[in-house]
Amino acid sequence: MTFNWLLVLFLAPIVGAVVVMLLPQGNPTLAKQVGIGFSLLTFLITIAAALKFDAALAADFQLGFSYSWIPSFGVNFAMGLDGIALVLVALSTSLVPIVLLAGWDDADGARGSVKGYVALILVLEAAMIGVFAATDVFLFYVFFEAMLVPVYFLIGRYGGQRRNYAAVKFLLYSLFGGLLMLASLIGLYVVSVEQLGTGTFDFTALAGLTIDPDTQKWLFVGFFVAFAIKAPLVPFHTWLPDAAAESTPGTAVLLVGVLDKVGTFGMLRYCLELFPEASTWATPLVIALAVIGIIYGALLAIGQQDIKRLIAYTSVSHFGFIALGIFVMTSRGQSGSALYMVNHGFSTAALFLIGGFLISRRGSRLIDDFGGVQKVAPVLAGMFLVAGLSSLALPGTSSFVSEFLVLQGTFERYPWIGVIATLGIVLAALYILLMYQRTMTGPTPEVVREKVVDLRGREVLAIAPLLVVIIALGFYPKPVLDVINPAVDRVMIAVGATDPAPQVAPVAEGTQP
Amino acid sequence: MSAILAASGTFEVPTIEYAALAPILIVFGAAVISVLLEAFLPQQHRRPVQLTLTFGTLVAAFAFVVIERGTRAVVAEGSVAVDGPTLFMQGTILVLAFIAALVMAEREVDPAGDAFAPRASALPGSEEEQEFTRLGWFQTEVWPLFLFSVGGMLLFPASTDLLTMFVALEVLSLPLYILAGMARRRRLLSQEASLKYFVLGAFSSAFFLYGMALLYGFAGTVSLKGIADALTANAGESGLVVAGTALLMVGLLFKIGAAPFHQWTPDVYQGSPTSITGFMAACTKVAAFGALLRVMYVALGGIRWDWRPVMYVIAGLTMIVGTIFALTQTDIKRMLAYSSIAQAGFMLVGVLATNAAGLKGTMVYLLAYGIATIGAFAVVTLVRDSTGEATHLSSWAGLGKKSPLVASAFALFLLAFAGIPLTSGFTGKFAVFTAGIAGGATAVVIIGVVASAVAAFFYIRVIVLMFFNEPPADGGASVVVPSSFTTFAITITVALTLVIGVLPQLVLQLVDQAGVFVR
Repeated sequence: MTFNWLLVLFLAPIVGAVVVMLLPQGNPTLAKQVGIGFSLLTFLITIAAALKFDAALAADFQLGFSYSWIPSFGVNFAMGLDGIALVLVALSTSLVPIVLLAGWDDADGARGSVKGYVALILVLEAAMIGVFAATDVFLFYVFFEAMLVPVYFLIGRYGGQRRNYAAVKFLLYSLFGGLLMLASLIGLYVVSVEQLGTGTFDFTALAGLTIDPDTQKWLFVGFFVAFAIKAPLVPFHTWLPDAAAESTPGTAVLLVGVLDKVGTFGMLRYCLELFPEASTWATPLVIALAVIGIIYGALLAIGQQDIKRLIAYTSVSHFGFIALGIFVMTSRGQSGSALYMVNHGFSTAALFLIGGFLISRRGSRLIDDFGGVQKVAPVLAGMFLVAGLSSLALPGTSSFVSEFLVLQGTFERYPWIGVIATLGIVLAALYILLMYQRTMTGPTPEVVREKVVDLRGREVLAIAPLLVVIIALGFYPKPVLDVINPAVDRVMIAVGATDPAPQVAPVAEGTQP
Repeated sequence: MSAILAASGTFEVPTIEYAALAPILIVFGAAVISVLLEAFLPQQHRRPVQLTLTFGTLVAAFAFVVIERGTRAVVAEGSVAVDGPTLFMQGTILVLAFIAALVMAEREVDPAGDAFAPRASALPGSEEEQEFTRLGWFQTEVWPLFLFSVGGMLLFPASTDLLTMFVALEVLSLPLYILAGMARRRRLLSQEASLKYFVLGAFSSAFFLYGMALLYGFAGTVSLKGIADALTANAGESGLVVAGTALLMVGLLFKIGAAPFHQWTPDVYQGSPTSITGFMAACTKVAAFGALLRVMYVALGGIRWDWRPVMYVIAGLTMIVGTIFALTQTDIKRMLAYSSIAQAGFMLVGVLATNAAGLKGTMVYLLAYGIATIGAFAVVTLVRDSTGEATHLSSWAGLGKKSPLVASAFALFLLAFAGIPLTSGFTGKFAVFTAGIAGGATAVVIIGVVASAVAAFFYIRVIVLMFFNEPPADGGASVVVPSSFTTFAITITVALTLVIGVLPQLVLQLVDQAGVFVR
């Protein structure tokens, strides 16, 4: 039997969480060190697993395994990675050590213990790996819901002033979506019983069913609403700014950078492949919501006073782009979206973490309380600028590639939608640069001069890898695209969509073609 | 003597299959012995003997359930069915009763003694009562009552004719009416609960009896199989059948606590001694669902197209009423009461599925629900302030900080009620909802899912209150350290809730082996 990389990858953070919980209470530093150790180990296992991964066969589930769990319900504990899942797992496992390192002091003095914080992050990491790697729809659902618990406690025990409100709002929104998904899941199971004789939750088997279009629509709605809340799309987005603003920067990174990707990942993997007709049927509505999200999220971001809420709203806008790319049903759009999920994870992580450094130094989240930071903390300001430029998709940063692919994919099929969506880029420049201008440039108030010191070595160490990845993928996205593309092609085939033939302007008379 | 025998022909000695009936007989026999013990044993020796008898009886009866696990037969001259579902429900009732008895036996939580009035007949607040309390009197009459009630519960889902079922219904209910009125504290509330339960219970028994009479008028028999055969033979005649079915359903749905027959639930659950509330919320529901399933599937399966629409409405209404009213409660016991109404609604989805999956799903749900319910009420008995149990929600604030273990256990039970994956409640919900959709009741399942989402809100609200809110200014309630009785009860309910959630196959396999009802 070959070494089961994926199972080990999934179990490593769980073991880490248990070990951290068993550490003595009085030594928070040890808990953080052990936590980072395990998260780095998990990251190394991810790299090892990625090396085993065959990019040429990225459309198939690789490194997979399946153990019988609840045979009566046809449920297996089954995991496997296709290209998209692989890059998202890699995103998750690479962000966790960074978050732990950057948020070294986040849990100090909170209501919960430091080791509890570290353990919760590690449990969350395992759930994130599970949710992306699951090839059993039931298992996916279990992780989808189980993720809520650590996040709930991370916000509720370690968050800011209105943490209770934010934690409960987050939980109820997610739970409501999850329960709708549960209803569809049961419906799907019943369909599988009707068609296959025995019920199953195996993704590949379910994707092979031919479901009657009316049934598909009902099932699609349950899944889609759950994902739209998670992602979140307008009008299901109102929990995100609260949750992101009240959590610690590290939690916000994992929440917005990774967890919300489950929503868009779910749309791409589950909605499109399981319910192709219904997805095509819903396309106009989803595209409308996505475009509204792009513009509305950006406009709200421009109007925010609170740095964390601003970053949260930029994400609402970016999630609009991702959903748009998925539902325009072109391979370029979907590849762009899959890549966007990764890039957005890194750029948002950088923004939230540096924003968090800024906020914890000054003791305020309000933009107006800052000014002229670049004079007193040039490294912080510089890194913030790079992260911001990545968020507004400046060429040379990774987000540019994905945003360009999404827009190109959109133009291929819906030129006018593409035109409107492009406005989002302009607005992105506004919200990022305005924030930068108001916090980093201009005269430095006395309070800022006193309180805001430049980044420490640990903080630079946490942020630098993010910026390196952002720039590197900006210039050379090919390794990621190479594993994403085959998986996207599988989705395209499942949906029965083909890329529109490129249109060329009619040749003017009197010229040689 | 011989003349009488000669006149009526030969006298046939009824055959009684003692082995198959052993669980029921053991419990009833022990109940009778328990009464005698009360009569003849000196006061100070009663408790150890009664406890030994009770726990020993429950274990012995459970052992016989296990021994009889393969039996599929109608015994006792066609009045009792011993089949897979019967045995599963009997096993469930015995396990739940065992845990409930542990909580009832607790004597270290209340400074004045146990949860029961020293003399239930003494007027509340009278000098006589204070005298009894001062003298430190205890009464152990709860144990015979408890055993009789358990015996009735074992017989109720096994009855294959309506008359036996009615007798079982009364045997299980009458002791409960008394037990409900025996609280040591807040005695007026407890007696009010007892009276309400008795009056409404008697009322619903009358409905059951009338329904039975009408069905007898139609079929000429009270046996479930006979009614089913008569329905097949005379498909057209429906007046008597429909009226009889409706009345019978009222009687059964009352015990289940389904809307609109749920009105007694919050008052009775709130007023009864909490350990009794847990016992009746869990075990009565199992027994009553067992009986309802048997009547609906065995006797009235042929006219399911007539009663299913009614059941759709009742299930939907029960889920909606339970969740909406639970949202507005400020008393933990009343909230759990409304939550149990909502849970009954979810279980009805399994009943109205009218397929084997529905039967199995309901059985799993009953087990999961019963365990979490007894556990939750056991926790309620521990959360106290100077006046006794602190049932007002506001005094539960900040409990997670004071007693993280107990608060976590309660949170787990609430999550199970909410149907969160990896808890037992999820397994149950999944099983009944799947069966419901397969049975064509998609609309009810959708209501159920939405109701679950709303219900999640008030469960989560309590968790938030316990873990994230500061304790009230007066300090609020605190958790009393119980003796090993309650500790064991809570530990075992927590463990089972997790096991059924994470490894549901163990229970699902049992249910699969239980098969379906014999006719």
